[in-house]
Amino acid sequence: MTAAALDDVDLQAYFDATIAAGHRIEPRDWMPDGYRFGLIRQIAQHAHSEIIGMQPEGDWLLAAPSLRRKAILLAKVQDEAGHGMYLYSAAETLGADRADLTDKLIERRQKYSSIFNYPSLTYADVGVIGWLVDGAAICNQVPLCRSSYGPYARAMIRVCKEESFHQRQGYELLMTMMGGTDAQRAMVQDAVDRWWWPSLMMFGPPDDDSPNSAQSMAWGIKRHSNDELRQRYVDMSVPQAEFLGVTLPDPELSLDPETGHYRFGAIDWAEFQRVIGGHGPCNDERIARRRAARDDNAWVTEAATAYAEKYS
Amino acid sequence: MSDLTAEGGKNTPSSPPLAGSGPAPGRGRRDWPLYEVFVRGKRGLNHVHVGSLHAPDDEMAVHAARDVYTRRNEGVSIWVVKAADITASSPDEKDPMFAPNGDKVYRHPTFYEIPENVPHM
Ligand SMILES: [Fe+2]
Ligand SMILES: [Fe+2]
Repeated sequence: MTAAALDDVDLQAYFDATIAAGHRIEPRDWMPDGYRFGLIRQIAQHAHSEIIGMQPEGDWLLAAPSLRRKAILLAKVQDEAGHGMYLYSAAETLGADRADLTDKLIERRQKYSSIFNYPSLTYADVGVIGWLVDGAAICNQVPLCRSSYGPYARAMIRVCKEESFHQRQGYELLMTMMGGTDAQRAMVQDAVDRWWWPSLMMFGPPDDDSPNSAQSMAWGIKRHSNDELRQRYVDMSVPQAEFLGVTLPDPELSLDPETGHYRFGAIDWAEFQRVIGGHGPCNDERIARRRAARDDNAWVTEAATAYAEKYS
Repeated sequence: MSDLTAEGGKNTPSSPPLAGSGPAPGRGRRDWPLYEVFVRGKRGLNHVHVGSLHAPDDEMAVHAARDVYTRRNEGVSIWVVKAADITASSPDEKDPMFAPNGDKVYRHPTFYEIPENVPHM
C-alpha cells in the first residue's frame, strides 16, 4: 500500500502514533492543517522576534564604549539575524514563503515578542537585555529543542548553542559596570527596574488565559506551560540578581520555603495587552525600521537579480 | 517547480495552497530560488544538511551560507544546491521503499550466532 492510497483516517492515525512515540514529524510527512498552520504561526512569530530583536541593541552599536564591547555586540546582533534566518528556513519547510512572512510582519498581521517594543536607554540596557531577555529566551527555547517538528527542533538546537554566549556577555558586562562607579551601578539598577517586568511577560499570558496552549502541548510543539517556564525563570534569576548586587523591582519576591520556588507579585497584563496590541513605546519605530530595511535596500536585491540573470 | 524538492520549498506534498499577500515587488528577492545548504563540520566527516536560504545565484548562495550557517567554525566546506534540483525518495518518510529492509535481518552481523570463544569476531 502506498502513502497515496491511505485515506485521511490512516494518515491521522500514523501522525498521532508518530507524536505519541516521541518521534519527529518531518517536512514530507502528512500532517493536519492545524498542526501546519499552528507551527507556521509559532515559528514565524519566533523568527520575527529575532529580527526585530536586533533593534534595541543595534541602537548601541555605534556608541559602544570600547572596541571590545563593540565587537561583542556586533557578533551578538549578527547572531540574532542568523536565528531569524534559521527559523524562516524552518517555516519554509511547511510551505510558507519567507518574503511573504516579512510582509505580514510589516503589515502587522503577524506578531513578535512584546519585549522588543521597549526602548534601550543606556548602555546598561545592553547588559540587561543579554542577561534577562536572552535568559528568558533560553528558558523558552531549550524545551523547543525537543519540538515534535524536526526542522524547528534542529533550528532551536543551533539557536540555543549561541544564546548562552548572549546571556554570558550581558552578565559579564553588568558585572563590569557593578564594579565601577556609583553612577554606573545606578545605571544598571535603572535598567533592571525597566526590563524585569517586561521579561516576565515574555512567557506569554497566564495558563488560564492561553487559548492555544493545550493543543500545542498535545502536538508536542510546546513542552511546558507559560507559567511553568516563568516560574523556572524567576527561580534562576533571583540568585543571579543577588550575586550581581541589584534589586529586582518586586517587593513581593520571596522564597516559599515549602515549594522551594520564589513567589512574585502580580504581572500587569493590561500593559502586556497594550504592547502586544501595537501600543507599546516603540512598536511604530520597530516596524517602520523593518519596512525601511525592506524597501530602501530593495535596489540591492534587484541588482543581484539582474547580475545573476546576465551571467548565469 | 517540481514537487520533489528536498527538505522545504513551496510544494511539500501535503501542503495546502498558501494564499500570497502584499504587493509583489518587481524583480527582487521574491524570485530568488531556494537553496539547501550542507556543511562539512570538519575533515573526515560527511556534509550534513543544515538549512536553507534564498540567493540570486550559486555563488551568492555560498557566501550567504557562510554568513548564516558558519559563524563559529561550524564547517570547513559548504555545498549549496537548488532545492528544486533535489530528487527525494518519496513524498512521505514512511514510503514502502524502505520496508523491504525490515525482513532482511541476515544483512546484519547480529543475525549470525558465533560461539563466544571464537577470538577476534
Ligand atoms: Fe536569538
Ligand atoms: Fe540572543
